[in-house]
Amino acid sequence: MRPDQADALATASAAYVHIPFCSAVCPYCDFAVVAGNDHLVRRYVDAVISEVAMTEPWQPLESVYFGGGTPSHVDPAWLGEILEALARRHGIASDAEVTLEANPEDFDLAKATELTALGFNRISLGAQSFDESVLALLGRRHGPAHITRAVSAARDGGFGSVSIDLIYGTPGESDNSWLATLHETVALSTDHVSCYALTVERGTPLGRAVNRGAPAPDPDVQADRFGAADEVLRGAGLHRYEVSNWARPGHECRYNLTVWAQGEYLGHGNGAHGFRDGLRYRNHRRLEAYLEHVEAGRWPRAGEETIEGWDAELDRLFVGLRRSLGVAHGPGTTAILESVEGGRLAAAGVITADSERLVVTRPLLTDAVLRCALSQPAPIVMADGDA
Amino acid sequence: MTDQSRIRNFSIIAHIDHGKSTLADRLLERTGAVTEREMREQLLDTMDLERERGITIKAQAVRLEHTAEDGQKYVLNLIDTPGHVDFTYEVSRSLAACEGALLLADAAQGVQAQTLANCYLAIDAGLEVVPAVNKIDLPAANPDEVSSELVGILGGTPEEVLRLSAKTGEGVDRLLETLVARVPPPSGDPDAPLRALVFDSYFDAYRGVVCYLRVVDGRLDTGESIRFMAAGEVHDATEIGFLTPKAKPVASIGPGEVGYLITGVKEIDRIRVGDTVTSARRPATTALPGYSEPKPMVFSGLFPTDGDDFERLREALEKLRLNDASLVWEPETSKALGFGFRCGFLGLLHMEIVRERLEREYDLDLVATAPSVAYRVPLPDGRVVEIRSPQDLPDPGERDRISEPYVKVMIITPTEYVGPVMELATARRAIVGGMNYLSPERVELDFEVPLAEIVFDFFDVLKSKTKGYASLDYEPSGYREADLVKVDILLNGQPVDAFSAIVHRDHAQEYGKRMTGRLRNLIPRQLFDVPIQAAIGGRIISRETVKARRKDVTAKCYGGDITRKKKLLQRQKEGKKRMKMVGSVEVPQEAFVAALKVDEE
Repeated sequence: MRPDQADALATASAAYVHIPFCSAVCPYCDFAVVAGNDHLVRRYVDAVISEVAMTEPWQPLESVYFGGGTPSHVDPAWLGEILEALARRHGIASDAEVTLEANPEDFDLAKATELTALGFNRISLGAQSFDESVLALLGRRHGPAHITRAVSAARDGGFGSVSIDLIYGTPGESDNSWLATLHETVALSTDHVSCYALTVERGTPLGRAVNRGAPAPDPDVQADRFGAADEVLRGAGLHRYEVSNWARPGHECRYNLTVWAQGEYLGHGNGAHGFRDGLRYRNHRRLEAYLEHVEAGRWPRAGEETIEGWDAELDRLFVGLRRSLGVAHGPGTTAILESVEGGRLAAAGVITADSERLVVTRPLLTDAVLRCALSQPAPIVMADGDA
Repeated sequence: MTDQSRIRNFSIIAHIDHGKSTLADRLLERTGAVTEREMREQLLDTMDLERERGITIKAQAVRLEHTAEDGQKYVLNLIDTPGHVDFTYEVSRSLAACEGALLLADAAQGVQAQTLANCYLAIDAGLEVVPAVNKIDLPAANPDEVSSELVGILGGTPEEVLRLSAKTGEGVDRLLETLVARVPPPSGDPDAPLRALVFDSYFDAYRGVVCYLRVVDGRLDTGESIRFMAAGEVHDATEIGFLTPKAKPVASIGPGEVGYLITGVKEIDRIRVGDTVTSARRPATTALPGYSEPKPMVFSGLFPTDGDDFERLREALEKLRLNDASLVWEPETSKALGFGFRCGFLGLLHMEIVRERLEREYDLDLVATAPSVAYRVPLPDGRVVEIRSPQDLPDPGERDRISEPYVKVMIITPTEYVGPVMELATARRAIVGGMNYLSPERVELDFEVPLAEIVFDFFDVLKSKTKGYASLDYEPSGYREADLVKVDILLNGQPVDAFSAIVHRDHAQEYGKRMTGRLRNLIPRQLFDVPIQAAIGGRIISRETVKARRKDVTAKCYGGDITRKKKLLQRQKEGKKRMKMVGSVEVPQEAFVAALKVDEE
């Protein structure tokens, strides 16, 4: 993808739909998820449909992303109802990317066929690892065989783009285990791979275990694993286009690229965030609070903020600099490059600039660049909204 | 004015927590100086900090009236003495104002080193020392053994040792009688020109400097023009009076009496403890002996954590000095720590108290550099410079010998810990002196030790090696040449002045290793490898490396995460504000504090 194409997604329209339900909550997960609340699923689907109906109509959506939670935990027909509601409200472009996150253990050919018939065309499978012991450490409920089956089901069921998620750096995972996982992944010839460093979040069972003295992921080991991933995936024709994402040409996730281009997107469901007309909003994270608001005919918003001026420019860097193609120059890149810290980052090979763009050349140090941006004072010339 | 034969001036010499303040309270009660309703716990300790630490920083005086068994009314002036090693000079001035001293020992703990040192001061000053064992009500009390210790020190018989409980009041009446009987009355010349000894002073926000004095000869009258002989200043005695313990103005203070003097002087350093007050119109020819200037022994750089607080720190130091003439400082600039002050203290406790007061009473966040002593370095031109900060040490080419201050250390310990104490002393380059058994169980050990070796953690280690039983006292004993070197700590090749230290060559390696090791754990990983080296001159003696940071990025940032992530990085960035740039290396403020922290093992 060319930089100008990627940046052009800033004007695309996208929607995120959150499905919080899971059969069990993974110990490292800190998303807005619930387990054992299946009796609320139908109410929830109705609430999301109501929320969609409350939304100001927009242009036809160019990408829709069902994330979770475990969207595949919900009856495909009900997911179809939500998609239908979005289509009724805004329209869905004929070539739109419609992604569904799925767990390998509850994904089969029948489901795949049903989902593609409803309009889903991209699947993102939470594979995490091909090593039984690592999957057990992560509290996952599937085995390597499930992953292979799920990928075949997706292909056979008509998904045009198949992605899998992997997690690296789990304490207990070895170099060889990770390499084996990468090779298994490559062997499945998926179109897209996301590799996430295991992150210890506060308030999760993993976070509590680490607080009590359980081993935490080693950042140096994770840096090594990242290097291995990039090497193996690149060798298999997948190029890295963001810190944690690799794709075959043309299979980059359009929904995420829209977010990273600072494009606008609708956010539906509990805990979802949206960004529309320069306003970023977030929905109530607690499932009950979300349901009560929507069922009472009220917006389920828990908060919102107008993103403008220097704030908007910082946002552009925050999302854009994670991309391998970086960002076009603007007041923010100038501020970084002219700062003392920016000079240090350039000297250390963390950032590189040409006449057009600023690129983070050592992606694992992206946050150092972003902190540098945050430390810069807003330029005086920076008027509202001209980012 | 009271007839001198009816005056008894005395001090109480006691270790911290041996019950001096409680006893003072009992005496005030028994003599009717304070009613119980007025009684504040431990009236003589007025500063909060003293109360918390259980020590008396500034001496005070109180006038008690006691009708003795002989039917006569006596004036008893109790002159309080500071109980810590750092204030030996002030103790000596308080003692000089007395004819007698009560040596008070805890019935469970026995005589401690500072008590013994102060007792020797009293004996040297010719005071009548009355021994007493306090806390006889304690279950662990062993008055017989402690009495025989006191007899061993002072002579006399065990029967002469008073036994009392300041807590219950038992024995206090007998104590009052004994003081009247044994402490000699003053014998000043009432007709001679006025000579009064200033034994303490403090700053009062409304009245200016208030000094406590003991009239030796002649008479001090309200309104008369007086001269401070050492300071060479003349002022009017605006107000004089007794402390009962409330200030009670009087027209005259006669020979042998103790009271206060207010002149309107606002600057405490113009009226020094030990100075002699005389009449301006009819001055004495010679001052009372024993005056000396306060001499700082220990130095430390104090830097505000937030550079913007520099002026506030200066103001706070100036305010502290109003009450503490011994506190001295000069501005100091550190590449690593910015602008601050190099402060001089009488000793370690003094340093700690000042730091604590600055932080607590003035709400300052401070970084203190490692305490240093004053080294003497002869220059090629024959001058001798005093080096109070490692940065000021001339290069080896410009000096050949360094002398360091020594102190005479007295340690009293149970005999079973003599081995460990000797071991510690030897490790600290001590010259072993005498050994003196106070009793079969307890022994007094004497050493000469470089002051630099005790300013860090000597006392803490001593305490831990003797399970808290040993006590320590020290006094300056001159300078000796030593093989000292300056160890620099380099971060990424750049020396960090705050971490430099002057140490004995034999200890240089150990210091270097300890500092580089600590810093390796304290300095966060940077964008590049950071070598941490300890060096003597150009020679590296120890090296560690903080490996470059390789991963500093959150795994995911999708739509929902942007706000959260911005907040997270904002917090991290705020954390960075507390970083000091040392060359190109970011060093957290805490690292300076932690690296300079004295070992606690």
